[in-house]
Amino acid sequence: MTEKKTLKRFASVFLASSLIVGALAGCSSNEGTSSTGGSSSSAGESSDVIKIGANLELSGAVASYGSSIKDGAELAIEEINAAGGIDGKQIEFVPVDNKSESAEATNAAIKLATQDKVTAMIAPATSGNAIATAQIANQYKIPTVTASGTAPNVTENEDGTINDFVFRTCFIDPFQGIVAANFASNELEAKNVAIYADNASDYAKGLAASFKEQIEANGGTVVAEEAYVADDTDFKSTLTRIKSANPDFIFIPGYYEEVGLIVKQARELGIEAPLMGADGWDSPTLVELAGAEALNNTFITNHYSSEDPEETIQGFVEAFNAKFSESPNAFHALGYDTVFFIKDAIERAGSTDGEAIQKALAETENLSLITGTFSVDEKHNPVKSATVLEYVDGVQEFNSKVNP
Amino acid sequence: MEWIQQLVNGISLGSIYALIALGYTMVYGIIKLINFAHGDVFMLGAFIGFYAIARWEIGFFPALIIAMALCAIIGVVIERVAYKRLRNATRIAALITAIGVSLLIENVVIYFRGASPEAYPEVLPETSINILGVNISSISILILAVTIVLMILLQFIVHKTKIGKAMRAVSLDPDAARLMGINVDNTISATFAIGSALAGAAGVIFGVYYTRIEPLMGVLPGLKAFIAAVFGGIGSIPGAMVGGLSLGVVETVVSALGFSLWRDAAAFVILILILILKPSGIFGKNTREKV
Amino acid sequence: MKKSKAFWVFSVLALVIYAVVQGLISVGILDLYYQNILVQMCINIMLAVSLHIIIGITGQFSIGHAGFMAVGAYFSAIATMKLGLPLPVGLLIGAGVAALAGLLVGIPTLRLKGDYLAIATLGFAEIIRIIFLNVDYVGGAAGMVITNMTTWTYAFVSVVITILVIANFTNSRHGRAAISIREDEIASDAMGINTTYYKVVAFAIGSLFAGLAGGIFAHNFFIIQPTTFGFLKSFDILIYVVLGGLGSLSGAAIAAIFLTIVSSYLAEYPETRMIIYSLVLIIVMLYRPSGLMGTKEITSLFKFGKKGGSQK
Repeated sequence: MTEKKTLKRFASVFLASSLIVGALAGCSSNEGTSSTGGSSSSAGESSDVIKIGANLELSGAVASYGSSIKDGAELAIEEINAAGGIDGKQIEFVPVDNKSESAEATNAAIKLATQDKVTAMIAPATSGNAIATAQIANQYKIPTVTASGTAPNVTENEDGTINDFVFRTCFIDPFQGIVAANFASNELEAKNVAIYADNASDYAKGLAASFKEQIEANGGTVVAEEAYVADDTDFKSTLTRIKSANPDFIFIPGYYEEVGLIVKQARELGIEAPLMGADGWDSPTLVELAGAEALNNTFITNHYSSEDPEETIQGFVEAFNAKFSESPNAFHALGYDTVFFIKDAIERAGSTDGEAIQKALAETENLSLITGTFSVDEKHNPVKSATVLEYVDGVQEFNSKVNP
Repeated sequence: MEWIQQLVNGISLGSIYALIALGYTMVYGIIKLINFAHGDVFMLGAFIGFYAIARWEIGFFPALIIAMALCAIIGVVIERVAYKRLRNATRIAALITAIGVSLLIENVVIYFRGASPEAYPEVLPETSINILGVNISSISILILAVTIVLMILLQFIVHKTKIGKAMRAVSLDPDAARLMGINVDNTISATFAIGSALAGAAGVIFGVYYTRIEPLMGVLPGLKAFIAAVFGGIGSIPGAMVGGLSLGVVETVVSALGFSLWRDAAAFVILILILILKPSGIFGKNTREKV
Repeated sequence: MKKSKAFWVFSVLALVIYAVVQGLISVGILDLYYQNILVQMCINIMLAVSLHIIIGITGQFSIGHAGFMAVGAYFSAIATMKLGLPLPVGLLIGAGVAALAGLLVGIPTLRLKGDYLAIATLGFAEIIRIIFLNVDYVGGAAGMVITNMTTWTYAFVSVVITILVIANFTNSRHGRAAISIREDEIASDAMGINTTYYKVVAFAIGSLFAGLAGGIFAHNFFIIQPTTFGFLKSFDILIYVVLGGLGSLSGAAIAAIFLTIVSSYLAEYPETRMIIYSLVLIIVMLYRPSGLMGTKEITSLFKFGKKGGSQK
């Protein structure tokens, strides 16, 4: 009995000490890597590689966005490297997963900044996670571009100051909301509109707010304003409420996972009014969830359309198809563009110095990319056009292009 | 008209909860363990049904039966591997194991197929029946029918068959049941098999009705079903049915009043109120917990 | 006498650890990446130790700890970001409100037992989360943007305070009362112990330090969102306590340190990490339900020959 006890005790001591030793060993080896990391970075200035980090949602709730951006960026880097790199230097891509969590996004940004010592970063796909990296970007003076973080406060803080080192390739939420409202008033002649927004996402709430403002300015009335929470599956009760308000147009900003079900259930309840959403709808899964028939008479605003007949766009679609054997969605295109946006700035800056690239990014003018030609405004937002698409029997059809 | 429509909405939502709650209440009734993994068996059922329908292209009813059979096996394996050793362990140990099993199933599924949602193919012709301005989906009628049939079947099994008698005996007092010559292990396994088969059926039906399935889909419905089971009285089969339907209607009413964002909170408030005010639920027997 | 000796040993040890780490930081060996891991380690230790007092000492099974962390995070952030108060005041406010929330939740729910208690705490944590989700003052779903104010010093001092208070509580009359509840509630009730009172007190103390950890967390990560504090976070904390040993403070702390390191190395493989976590949870429960350390403390390992503390 006592023997057994001492044995147990010995085992625990052993375990505990091995844990501590392990932790210390972890620390000491860390010291090793960090000091060598330091020396290699000073050497890295003159090396032949430009490191671009990507802090993306590769797992977790919005993994599909992060992975899409990663695929797009990979294609861009492959093309640039094949064409000789940036000023003769090859790009090294360093993707890191932030698990779709804001705290992990901060951790990942710190890792990219201090361990990998990247020249520039692609910031997370969603606005909240992108914000979680902004202060790190400023602190380490690493130019950071989010491909799809559309909330205004990614680049502009509440007090009106600008996050110097944070940029984006996409337009911002208010713009999409305004485009949707104008489309509803002018093209569909909607008067009584309903809004059904995802309350668990800042993106959808931002869109709903700007849509409401614009539609009221256009003389429309908001007859119902409802919200849902992500991961819901049953929307019928709220949709019944909306239906009884009798709107002739419903704006549903949100992500495809829920929107697919909302569209399906709305049609089941006999709501025939046109529905409209934004880039969060853009996924092939939407069609599977809602069904092609239910999706008729629905519209979205988007960054680009793979159906757009323009030559450069078709070239991109072909190249993407060849590599990943699927048709690129907006996130793929934005990821692709983000890399070219950074490349353009590095070339104009003529160096890999963070501040020089930052300056070049801020001075970008008339840069022509897949998702449009844009200049960067004083709030670090690209001024670019949006595309309105219509779903016809499950296929996105190019409807019109709206300039800011 | 709006309110009748809302009632219909509530009942179709509630019958899904009821279907999951039936299995929950059986398992809890017999081993007094909140089987957190029940929601995940429900998820596995949905995926099995999905692969059966979309990949092997078989019809709805064969897929339902395959999902039920496989889930029954999975349930028994979970019980034999993880829970059996813990029958005499503390409640906390059993509950933590259940949480562990639940996390394991979810993450193994995510590991193999990723976390992205999958859309169920259309297997049943879905038509909306319009009665005086109230739209009723044909599938929601089917769900309600299936739930009621399964409930009656369960009632029959539990009250009229030999295995049912054994189940009731084990749930009352496992030791005494063993002394009476009942094979307690097999009885518990049978309960798990039936409960998990029901969860599997619920998964397939959920998939057909709501279209979207994903690896974490079982978490919230699982909890809601537990709330429904507690509401109706743990261990009571009609209780689970009534609890599920009531919960569905309550949630729908909360949304219909314009508080859709508080819907989940409402479910948990109900749970807490029931636990504090009448822990035995609507149909439960008032038994003082033995310590 | 003996107690105060342990106190001094712990204090000196804490000072030494602090001095060494601070030295490494000022020399520049530990850059922000490692500082960040250290801060996370501190946060996790606080969470683990604060849950340990509820589950390990008092035997009340709570799986809603992230809810109190959320309260602390949000209220400390409101204090610093909206009211412009300094960080220490903000942390105190956050912890205080979390303790209050602990009382409010604890008084009605702690009369429940076992799994009912567990599910009720989970329910409350979800309700807390949904409230934050629906309050626009704190940003709703978008979350609250927060300036980074936490330093390693804040985190470390908080951990030291947390451990000291909880260790002292455990060794006090109150702590023994709480342990008696864990061992046998009816017997301790019969011995004249006001079980409800001690359960609620332990719950409130646990919530207080979870709130403190939440405050540090909020000011370390730039943005807090309600989704961060879902029940997966509660399960994470639970894993520390279970793995370390139900009833062992040092076990909980060691498990928190160990798992923080493991998880930052497994950061590239999130699914694998969760699979390993859940397997560990199951295997520990099946083969060593008392956790790695049982109810033993690391200090008792060095007292060979004295009376061992392995109660079952």
